[in-house]
Amino acid sequence: MLCCICKEKEASVHLTQIVGDKMQKVDLCEECAKTKGINDPAGFSLADLLLGLGASQEIDQAAGGAEVKCARCGFTQSDFKKSGRLGCPDCYETFAEALGGLLKTMHKGTRHVGKVPESFRQSRDLSDRLKLLQKRLTKAVEAEDFEEAAVLRDEIKQTSARLSSATAPG
Amino acid sequence: MTMDIHEFLTSPAETARRKGPHGRIVMSSRVRLARNLRDASFPGWAKKAERVRVFELIRPAVEELPEMKGAFSQAMDSLSTLDKQILVERHLISREHAAKSAGSGIIVNRDETLCFMINEEDHIRMQALRPGLQLRQVWTTIDRADSALEKRLQFAFNPELGYLTACPTNLGTGIRVSAMLHLPGLVLAEQINPIIQSVNKLGLAVRGLYGEGTEALGNVFQVSNQMTLGETESAIVERLEKVVSQIIEHEENARTVLIEKKPKMVFNHIGRAYGILANAHSISSKETMNLLSLMRLGIDVGVFPGVDRALVDELFILTQPAHLQKQHSEKLTAEERDLLRADMVRERLRHVSRPIAKPSTPASPELDKPEKQ
Repeated sequence: MLCCICKEKEASVHLTQIVGDKMQKVDLCEECAKTKGINDPAGFSLADLLLGLGASQEIDQAAGGAEVKCARCGFTQSDFKKSGRLGCPDCYETFAEALGGLLKTMHKGTRHVGKVPESFRQSRDLSDRLKLLQKRLTKAVEAEDFEEAAVLRDEIKQTSARLSSATAPG
Repeated sequence: MTMDIHEFLTSPAETARRKGPHGRIVMSSRVRLARNLRDASFPGWAKKAERVRVFELIRPAVEELPEMKGAFSQAMDSLSTLDKQILVERHLISREHAAKSAGSGIIVNRDETLCFMINEEDHIRMQALRPGLQLRQVWTTIDRADSALEKRLQFAFNPELGYLTACPTNLGTGIRVSAMLHLPGLVLAEQINPIIQSVNKLGLAVRGLYGEGTEALGNVFQVSNQMTLGETESAIVERLEKVVSQIIEHEENARTVLIEKKPKMVFNHIGRAYGILANAHSISSKETMNLLSLMRLGIDVGVFPGVDRALVDELFILTQPAHLQKQHSEKLTAEERDLLRADMVRERLRHVSRPIAKPSTPASPELDKPEKQ
């Protein structure tokens, strides 16, 4: 059996990992096993390794052969193929299509339900509030209640100012 | 100012004496979070200048945290190879991080319960650790540090995908919850593989902590979550806590059944381990770890009355290559280390009497059954 990374040398390291109800298998040669850090059990995860293999295939398909490149950091799909890692936070947008399917096989879900940074929580609350105020404004205008509309406009102005300061770095 | 990491770190003797809940089986609990800055490339892709810029940005922000007062803070390129290796042997940094140089760094707090790796695979890898089974506590600790840090740094976060990480396997919460378990009973009873498989089915990973590949030196295993997206941090912590409690129960059962059904086999292993450790003149790190594990089991099952587990736990740390080298000024070869290691272990066991044939105390003197919740 040939090594599934270099596809040159005989595979001598065989790994099986069961995650959820999925079984993943990888066969590697001594050398690739070493470069992929399999000799370091603390830092090794089969998912990482499989990602490097499977992910690149998915990205190839999604790109239809053309090289996808991150506009911000210049990271390409072949870089991803090599390392199994992304270049910068924006790469998640750049490679979104290909990553979607991959994340599904890798994780419990594809939507984050955990911790949210305080600044995002604030801006999320503020943008919810803004939407509500705009709805009320539309209604007030329709009802020709211009006094109410003026009050709402002021509040919308304040809220959007707070929103833009909440999303600003700091 | 350069500070010697060896002088900063708690002595192995003191570290070994730190006790935690279910310490017979759970050696330590830890939670790691991966975080990245919004406006920088991930460390593996960033050029050196950018990595240095990121390091200079993160380092003071971490140092200013109240819980990091009096911390050890160093750039990786100012640490010697030996010091880095010592940090690895103490499980404070990964082997990957030890290989880093300019633009990477490490910050460890005074009591070694919090540790930040800067520019490892992600810009920040922060972890909280404590002895014994204390997963909720370590999560609370690291959550608090993370919340304080997000006020000073702009993290890469996407409402849909959560915290953005260099590797998609850490995406979302960026959390890795893990417990380090000593499971000699399950290994001797040959029940470890089915246990590993069933834990795997729950989406958790089990690895040997020391040693290469799949082998688990010293019967020490690390159980951790694999998935980081689509689940809350506390759900992950709870799941791990439940599974670890079950493994503790299985380990205790395996020990009880072994002593009942195959006492000769168990005491033979423990006796031989003692015999070699107390009398060898050359011993490898690998063999030492495996035999120390059996002695630790011997202490747990009461064949070494009056001997504290800390004796073995200290040797677990002291006999590893870098710690051994650190006690000698001249560079040692592997062969020389084996001689010095054997000398040290013999000396430490000088006052430990050989195991008694039949433990007078019950097999599990401080039976460590986890409370059902």
